[in-house]
Amino acid sequence: MRAPLSWLREYCDPGMDPAALADRLVMTGTEVERIDTVGPKSGDGFVVGKVLAREQHPDADRLSVCRVDTGEGERTIVCGAPNVDAGQTVAVVLPGATMPGGMKIRKAKLRGVASEGMILSAAELEIAEEADGIMVLDDGPPPGTPLSEVLPLGEPVLEIEVTPNRTDCFGVHGVAREVHAITGAPLAPDPWAEDASAEGEGEASDYASVRVDVPELCPRFTARVFTDIAVAPSPAWLQARLTAAGQRPINNVVDITNYVMLLTAQPLHAFDLDKVPGGELIVRTAEDGEKMTTLDDVERSFDAETVLVCDREGPSGIAGIMGGQRSEVSDATTRVLLEVACWNGTNILRTSRMLGLRSEASSRFEKQLHPDLCLRAQRIASRLLIELCGAKMVPGTIDEAAEIPEPRRLRLRASRVEGLLGMTISQDEQKVYLERLGFEASADGDDLEVVVPPDRHYDVTREVDLIEEVARVHGIDEHLPTTLPATGTEVGGLSRAQRLRRRAEDGLRDLGFDQVVGWSFTDPGEAGRLRIPDDDPRATPVLLANPLSEEQSAMRTTLLGSLLDVAARNNARGAGNLALFESARVYLQDATPADGVDPLAGHFAGDQPAPFSEPHRFAALATGSLSERSWRGGGEAADFFALKGALEALARQLGVALSFAAAEQPFLHPGRSAAISIGDTAAGWLGEVHPLVCRTWDLDAAVAFEIDAAPLLAAATVGEERYEDVTTFPAVYQDLAVVVPADVPAEAVSEAIRAGGGELLQGAEVFDLFEGEQLGENRKSLALNLEFRAPDRTLTDEEVAGLREAIKAKLDEIGGTLRE
Amino acid sequence: MLERIEEIRGEASAAIAAAGSSAELEELRVRYLGRKAELTGVLRGIAELPPEERGEVGGAANRARKELEALLEQSAERLSASELEQQLVSDRIDVTLPGAPPRPVGHPHLIARTTRLIEDTMVGLGYHVAEGPEIEHDYYNFTALNHPPGHPARMLQDTFYVQSHPDVLLRTHTSPMQVRSMEAKPPPIFVVVPGKVYRRDSDATHSPMFHQVEGLAIGEGLTLADLQGTLLAMCRALFGAERELRLRPHFFPFTEPSVEVDVSCFQCGGSGELAGGERCNLCKGQGWIEILGAGMVDPNVLGFVEGHGYDAERVQGFAFGIGVERVAMLRHGVPDLRRFFDNDVRMLEQFG
Repeated sequence: MRAPLSWLREYCDPGMDPAALADRLVMTGTEVERIDTVGPKSGDGFVVGKVLAREQHPDADRLSVCRVDTGEGERTIVCGAPNVDAGQTVAVVLPGATMPGGMKIRKAKLRGVASEGMILSAAELEIAEEADGIMVLDDGPPPGTPLSEVLPLGEPVLEIEVTPNRTDCFGVHGVAREVHAITGAPLAPDPWAEDASAEGEGEASDYASVRVDVPELCPRFTARVFTDIAVAPSPAWLQARLTAAGQRPINNVVDITNYVMLLTAQPLHAFDLDKVPGGELIVRTAEDGEKMTTLDDVERSFDAETVLVCDREGPSGIAGIMGGQRSEVSDATTRVLLEVACWNGTNILRTSRMLGLRSEASSRFEKQLHPDLCLRAQRIASRLLIELCGAKMVPGTIDEAAEIPEPRRLRLRASRVEGLLGMTISQDEQKVYLERLGFEASADGDDLEVVVPPDRHYDVTREVDLIEEVARVHGIDEHLPTTLPATGTEVGGLSRAQRLRRRAEDGLRDLGFDQVVGWSFTDPGEAGRLRIPDDDPRATPVLLANPLSEEQSAMRTTLLGSLLDVAARNNARGAGNLALFESARVYLQDATPADGVDPLAGHFAGDQPAPFSEPHRFAALATGSLSERSWRGGGEAADFFALKGALEALARQLGVALSFAAAEQPFLHPGRSAAISIGDTAAGWLGEVHPLVCRTWDLDAAVAFEIDAAPLLAAATVGEERYEDVTTFPAVYQDLAVVVPADVPAEAVSEAIRAGGGELLQGAEVFDLFEGEQLGENRKSLALNLEFRAPDRTLTDEEVAGLREAIKAKLDEIGGTLRE
Repeated sequence: MLERIEEIRGEASAAIAAAGSSAELEELRVRYLGRKAELTGVLRGIAELPPEERGEVGGAANRARKELEALLEQSAERLSASELEQQLVSDRIDVTLPGAPPRPVGHPHLIARTTRLIEDTMVGLGYHVAEGPEIEHDYYNFTALNHPPGHPARMLQDTFYVQSHPDVLLRTHTSPMQVRSMEAKPPPIFVVVPGKVYRRDSDATHSPMFHQVEGLAIGEGLTLADLQGTLLAMCRALFGAERELRLRPHFFPFTEPSVEVDVSCFQCGGSGELAGGERCNLCKGQGWIEILGAGMVDPNVLGFVEGHGYDAERVQGFAFGIGVERVAMLRHGVPDLRRFFDNDVRMLEQFG
């Protein structure tokens, strides 16, 4: 909303400079985005001139050489406008002055003739959108008179971002009322107070009729009829005002409807009555697929919820959004039907979105205007049509109104004002603020009985809305104390899962991984690039109905894709060694019914479970080397075991035992991939990324894991450890070499050893792997370090020897023998 | 016999004195004092001597042995010192070569780090951290936050909807957790909600995905003044102890009154001007930086959880939402929102 200051001041002039006024508005809740200046920033060098003589330029057909009196003497000015002539009073800019666009005027030679200044058009002064030639001023002001005394020059315009609740501030008068409320400067009488006098023939109903078929969508439809209209360009003041407010002047009739809308926030629409057959208007909903060409020359198709203003022959306008071409006011128009209606805001918003068509009118109607505003706009517009278009108003107003809401009455309790704000505002102050804002307020004990004005009817509906009004006018910034709430017995903190998640993130960071934040969106083709088959649930992501682009139209089902994206981007920038991790959610189609609250598993607080499953995951990816290469070595390419080591280190930090079993994933190297489980719960995968997937992302190689946070952190024991006595009785350490068939996994060997060792076996770590001819074909030897300990005694050699026998027996079951 | 002993002693002493290395010395020890040495044989054979000779020969042999042992020890010390010296010389390294690189340590993402900072500040003020779904029901994102269907306020946030589920959307703010949290726990409630949010908007200052932290405090007698104090404490933790706040009335459908909150500029100290007199580029000469939106929770919102113990006549409170990217950009001078999601390691590794 652009509010030209001079227009505002016509209704309320607080006598403040524009910046101070803007500040006060901002601090009381009216967001002034900037102060724009229309026309030259400074009036210096802009004067009234008199063209004394005009001659044809000797070397240019289209240029005139003029002798111009600018007060301090005559000067020569070369002018390109076709309409310049001797005897005209004109606007002149002198050398040294700065034009609105910032261009500085200098003496210049134009085709060999020196020109000392420029004769201006209205467009050059930004008081009109376009101009056919120079602006010819009324005679009177002597040459040399500062132009600012004749024309609005350098008009400051407040650009206001109106919040959707304040429909009143979509009009200059509403902003003026706001200025009145926050400064106390007097407010002029309402511009709609006085109606025009009707001098036309007959009655409005003789010329036109209105039938509203859908009163719930059109709470009020008013119409007046004007005859003897002379359509012409608007006078300069009106054009200047509209231009400053950001509206293009069209003709006097249309300009008046726009002017009144900009003043009152109530949109109006003028029909050429002679193009409304029989003067008969019908307000109805469209038939599905019904079409009409709107004023902007676009044929539009409607659905059954679109409200149309029709005549006998069909649609003549889209209610509250845009008129139709058929009944448009033209230069030939002599009789006008002026519509001022009230529409259902929700319906207007819906239709406007459906059509992708938003207008000044629809942006006001969609926020729901009050039916009472219609007649305000009729009155002001009637006066202007008579004054500026020579119109005669036909007596009578066609007024089809459904029930007009009763004024809202609210009680404002003094105790609530203080109780909600934490500051005191006296009853007298509250009353003054509300009355300035147009409310009626009368004291009832400490409280106020308040009546809400129509233009705030849908915004101020409860006591709390009144509290906001008095608080903001009173001045929150100036008066509000600063206190902290009493939190009673509540104490804050992170949950154990939240603390552990931080620990896990820190753990990955300390293991050398950089944290990334990937897009939750991906493209539906990602599953295919990851070789995920169509029947895999990960290939059916949650899709967006209105994505910004195909690339961001699906919600990711794995963190691997975005890790590969990030790796590929960095790789392309020359970073060869990358270790990345992400701690974030994936989004899966299957809605897991919430069973208690566990945000990591996607079970959130609240009565309704989340629409889709959103488990939190940790994922890491490495390309190149995890260790730095130096003159001593290092820099080996990260492989399965490098990343497994990192994951195991993370698990150790958390106190979780992970187990791994060979298992394939479509995007992993089939021989170098594992399923991760915690106890009996499948928790994720680990492996070298499939060479074909790497190729798709333009990476040489990569290794990655992805693990669900919920089971990992639920199994964590860190922070809840119990003391174990390790000092009283010594441990016995022994090495064991086991020969097994080559296809027996190390995990099976460890399991057999643990089974044989029982409780007294505290640890069994593989520290060597040997494969060689002397073992025989398809055999391998694993060396393990065993730790035996009893909590209550020193183990004897005999006991350990017994355990060793038991281990040997278990190993026997998996085809293993001890290598002595 | 005695001469022989003297002869051995003399020969051995000379040899020990002449020995040039620990290895040579060891050889001499074995030759003169070892099990098969002549002197050892003499001592072993004493019993076979006539008794009158035993004392004299035994004494001489023992003296010789002791003397040689002492000599060996002295020489060993001398030699090992010089050998160590040689060893040290030959062990010399090029100290100017680079040290062995330790396993590199990674970096937290600035968004994660900033989120933690905000969480920790609020935890210190007595808040819990709650998390909610990113794909959310329209009900929690809009309806229960006083945006009825068809309400123009819904237009303030351009929303991503889920295909085939007209009432499911990507949350446009972290505020849906307000009602979820209240459904789950009766008052009083003090929670912050960090997380990703989504708006259908993408340019230099808008990302379709970004992060917010929501705050919600509901109890008896909580006031707008309490909101101001809470936000002041938070902003000072984020931007420095000298900061001041400015609350500007605003409109949000789910708070009433609503405010937008500015923090005094921490680059120019709120003057709008830098030391050299030029305009402060951070606050654009305003002295204030818009940082978050807040307000008193609208009674209509509490109406949706009335059955969970929230009676708007008895309890009230405030809510706020702060953009994590905005805080991180201001604190660390990041010029463009989109950098956070590019994940260029050259940027990631700047923040430890």
